[in-house]
Amino acid sequence: MKNKVGIILNGLIKENPTFVLVLGMCPTLATTTSAINGIGMGLATAFVLIFSNMVISLIKNLVPDNVRIPSFIVVIATFVTILELVMQAYLPALHESLGLFIPLIVVNCIVLGRAEAFASKNSVLDSALDGIGMGLGFTFALGLLGMIRELLGAGTLFGLQIIPEDYGMLMFILAPGAFVSLAYLIAIVNRIRKVS
Amino acid sequence: MIYITIFIAAVFVNNIVLSQFLGICPFLGVSKKISTALGMSGGVAFVLTLSTLITWLIFRYLLEPFELAFLQTISFILVIAALVQLVEIIIKKISQPLYQALGVYLPLISTNCAILGVAILVIQKEYNLLESVVFAFSTAIGFGLALVLFAGIREQLSRTKIPKGMQGTPIALLVAGLLAMAFMGFSGIVKL
Repeated sequence: MKNKVGIILNGLIKENPTFVLVLGMCPTLATTTSAINGIGMGLATAFVLIFSNMVISLIKNLVPDNVRIPSFIVVIATFVTILELVMQAYLPALHESLGLFIPLIVVNCIVLGRAEAFASKNSVLDSALDGIGMGLGFTFALGLLGMIRELLGAGTLFGLQIIPEDYGMLMFILAPGAFVSLAYLIAIVNRIRKVS
Repeated sequence: MIYITIFIAAVFVNNIVLSQFLGICPFLGVSKKISTALGMSGGVAFVLTLSTLITWLIFRYLLEPFELAFLQTISFILVIAALVQLVEIIIKKISQPLYQALGVYLPLISTNCAILGVAILVIQKEYNLLESVVFAFSTAIGFGLALVLFAGIREQLSRTKIPKGMQGTPIALLVAGLLAMAFMGFSGIVKL
């Protein structure tokens, strides 16, 4: 039981995909213009991660070694297509604002990385837990970054006005703010990891 | 005229890395030296142009007539992965010097989200074939420009003293942020 919790915590904290492994930077920087967008992107990636991990773990013994990567990519692309169609139907607003980055989950290094490093070696349950841990870790990172950028850039938090709008620094919502806020967040995480 | 507009927009105004956030992994990964940055840019320019051409043809003449547009993601990524492998084999066979220059970068390129991103973008923007190819090539030039500029700054950075917590990724992201700010100065030159 402790081991299972450990797998989830590993993705959430110890090997957090964004802050520690520094993977999947494109959606991290591009979709965190607001807290909601960041969390939405995180959850979308988590969905793909959990299901692709499970399926890959199921078929790991059937797939010959030299066509491993292409088969994994097909599995991942299938779930991304399912996700895209479902989001288009039920969450059109979020689908609109994440736009291009939904199909691009296919090439997100985290998903293929976990398939290769974890799911192709472990049991279905462990792989699902790893997907949950990594997915939540990614969601947490994107949500945090989205909250910081939204608060500094527009003065709002989940759409609620916290700081008067006139004091918002628009730069944080635009491209440079993404790079700068993530740089300082990773620096802070590095500092905390060294201390503990 | 439209081609010049597309070119300027893709290289400067909507720079693929600094304002669209595509291809960040190679941007951070292979930007420690100017020479590797140039090699990577060359590889990306080649693959990006070719893959956009082929995926455009597949979408317009195969997926669209048979109403299979929902297979876009899955077919594009397979075509790109296969194409990169094919290019690698062909280059290895016909030109050894070119293979030495680009070879190591090619496997990395298939996971570059800029390639799939541009392939999907030209479909979304409903460009025709020539516009798509021009857009893909200009995007690759923009990628190269950002990558080489960034590599130049990072070569200088390696000689300076950086606070402990900021070393590595944080300082690289900070520099990219400053570059992105500089590129924001181009906004408004052309409207697309």
